[in-house]
Amino acid sequence: MRARHQTSHGWGRVLHAEEEVLRPERQAMLERLVAKDPAPAVGNRRSYGDAALNSGGRVIDMTRLDRCLSFDAGTGVLEVEAGTTMGDLLALCAPLGWMPPVLPGTGEATVGGCIANDVHGKNHHGAGSFGQHVLSLTLLGKDGARQVTPGETPDLFRATLGGLGQTGVILSARLQLVPCKGEMVRVRERRMDGIAEFLSAFDASRASYSVGWIDATAQGDALGRGILEEGEVIAGDAPPPGRTRRVPVALPPLLVSAPAVRLFNALYLRRVPEAGRDRERPLADFFFPLDRLHDWNLVYGKKGFHQFQCVLPEGEEQALTPMLERIAESGLASPLAVLKRLGPGRAGMMSFPMAGMTLAVDFPNRPEAEALAMELEWMAVEAGGRIYLAKDTLSDPDLMARMYPEAGEFARIVTEADPKGHFQTDLVRRLKLRDPR
Amino acid sequence: MSNESWLILGATSSMARAFARAVAERGAMVLLAGRDMADLEHVAADCRLRGARGAAALAFDARKPKGFEALIDRLCAEAGTLNVAVFVGSMPEQSEIDADPALLARTVEQNFTGPATLLHRLAPQLAQRGSGTIVGVGSVAGDRGRLGNYVYGAAKAGFATYLSGLRNRLGREGVHVMTVKPGFVDTAMTWGIEGMFLVASPDQVARDIHRGVRKRRNVLYTPFFWMGIMGIIRTIPEALFKRLKI
Ligand SMILES: Cc1cc2nc3c(=O)[nH]c(=O)nc-3n(C[C@H](O)[C@H](O)[C@H](O)COP(=O)(O)OP(=O)(O)OC[C@H]3O[C@@H](n4cnc5c(N)ncnc54)[C@H](O)[C@@H]3O)c2cc1C
Ligand SMILES: NC(=O)c1ccc[n+]([C@@H]2O[C@H](COP(=O)([O-])OP(=O)(O)OC[C@H]3O[C@@H](n4cnc5c(N)ncnc54)[C@H](OP(=O)(O)O)[C@@H]3O)[C@@H](O)[C@H]2O)c1
Repeated sequence: MRARHQTSHGWGRVLHAEEEVLRPERQAMLERLVAKDPAPAVGNRRSYGDAALNSGGRVIDMTRLDRCLSFDAGTGVLEVEAGTTMGDLLALCAPLGWMPPVLPGTGEATVGGCIANDVHGKNHHGAGSFGQHVLSLTLLGKDGARQVTPGETPDLFRATLGGLGQTGVILSARLQLVPCKGEMVRVRERRMDGIAEFLSAFDASRASYSVGWIDATAQGDALGRGILEEGEVIAGDAPPPGRTRRVPVALPPLLVSAPAVRLFNALYLRRVPEAGRDRERPLADFFFPLDRLHDWNLVYGKKGFHQFQCVLPEGEEQALTPMLERIAESGLASPLAVLKRLGPGRAGMMSFPMAGMTLAVDFPNRPEAEALAMELEWMAVEAGGRIYLAKDTLSDPDLMARMYPEAGEFARIVTEADPKGHFQTDLVRRLKLRDPR
Repeated sequence: MSNESWLILGATSSMARAFARAVAERGAMVLLAGRDMADLEHVAADCRLRGARGAAALAFDARKPKGFEALIDRLCAEAGTLNVAVFVGSMPEQSEIDADPALLARTVEQNFTGPATLLHRLAPQLAQRGSGTIVGVGSVAGDRGRLGNYVYGAAKAGFATYLSGLRNRLGREGVHVMTVKPGFVDTAMTWGIEGMFLVASPDQVARDIHRGVRKRRNVLYTPFFWMGIMGIIRTIPEALFKRLKI
């Protein structure tokens, strides 16, 4: 099979890799490829850093393996190839009365990517992580295909879910979908005046889906102000999808300069009236708001951006205050800043979620931003939290065991599954995730 | 629900798969024909889930005309409007053909005489029903013999000329024939080849074809701008063209 030579990048466009990309169009080709010359699999490269990069090596692009193989409309059990995107699944299943149990913030993420990062959605506090709804998966390694299930191969399952592709190539998965009442979401939006109000509103919220947008430029009394969105899926047919737009080229980073962001955020906050409002939105608009603008990552200019995402354990939420203060003082925050309550649900050894609060903020790629992100990471670690590897560009190998207590066990199982290290990626090398601890 | 049935030849191609999805979503019956049966079964399962009235995987090798009859019978067993879309094709490197001229016959079989033979056998049955559409995927490469791929181009040109005649014949009987000329499309055929530009996605091409069928277009360049590009390339005088490397 012909390979394509290209320079690839993570979604943040900070880290790059010269690669040979193979893109099998069907299972037989993929199986041959992995048996002969194994390489890490990648999806749509919506990971921000280098989780889906392999500098100087080869990767297998999974996006053409995107078929739904079977579906039981009675039980909601769906078997799909790993390259299927979440947006496609949502559009396909909702009219049949079912939906994916967990959806990340972009519909472009593939099933394989959602498993390998054990992603969380706006319903994590209730529904847990994506991997908790995976009934079984077919994993390809140098020795062929094997079925991996939580019951029969618990160790390999827990090393594969959130396992960053290190145990092999996920070919397909059986997922348990959840019933879906209709194609619309009733969204209640309320302004939050500060971090304290935000945290108590999350505590009090009974909504299935909830997420907070934060004005990360606000300081003083307004620190942590923002908008809380709570959603419930309701009956109704979605209108035909509107036009999407595309950012054509890397823009000068003016739009993410401090004054522009302050202005934007102030206006964005006022969109929601003082008394709050209720809206009805199509599923895809609610779950994947950023997908309306293709290639929006180009808004940060040629140098790209970092996303810092951490979770702070329950009881340590007060650590958010100094973090938000540092972010606001820095003048580096972009309008994309998200706060959300997470539950305890996680499916794998290296899964990100833990019960507590997660904060995600984008910073344009400047030297000060690196220092800030490292400082924030330290604050999170000190509080007993961790950062999300799907977003990371900057972390330190020495912090891994502290943030991910099962990192040693993970390294052991992965080494057993892939002793020659065929599936290593740039992230795994950078953070030494294969090293025994 | 639609009463259409589509026989799709070369249904493992990503362009064909995207087209199969588009007609499946409208409730058509899809008959997916090709050589990789396991993969065709996956396409069939996917089409059923996406709304196809039915879907089946059928064995088809463009170089084995003995098998054509079974396909034709299978299609003609369906009630309603019968349609065919031909996506089969292969594009060996010109240098490979130069090294092994036996490949020339195979290229012509796969891109032209194989599918044309099948269409020729099917034509009377479609004429008898007095409805339906035949979609034949050729290529912009058939518009002019170029240094880089003139055997493939010649096969596609032959196919296009055949389709033009078939259109003339079947148009009178209520059957529409559409010739499709894609430019560069992001499929297995072009993946990793240097020098590709303005590459369209298979989905984009499938949508164009689908719209073209509804509008009963005769010749469809997809994406549309290839009509302009090929218009220019066709007007270059042969005396000059023979010295160019485009
Ligand atoms: C706008 C936006 C919003 C987001 N929101 C969320 C969110 O709300 N929650 C959340 O958890 N994440 C979120 N993310 C992150 C995203 O969901 C994850 O990075 C996800 O893994 C991306 O999927 P992908 O298919 O692009 O995978 P890639 O980024 O291509 O790959 C991710 C990892 O999966 C591995 N992998 C991919 N496919 C396979 C396979 N078939 N077999 C084995 N390994 C494989 C790769 O090797 C790599 O390690 C968001 C990202 C963006 C851009
Ligand atoms: N990609 C482009 O840029 C481009 C541009 C213009 C035109 N086209 C045309 O578009 C069509 C689809 O091609 P594609 O780009 O999607 O490439 P592709 O994936 O290589 O598709 C070609 C298809 O033809 C099938 N095929 C080849 N020989 C066959 C045979 N003897 N019998 C049965 N089936 C056979 C292949 O089946 P197997 O899987 O069994 O091999 C495959 O399904 C082709 O006609 C091609 O010439 C492509």
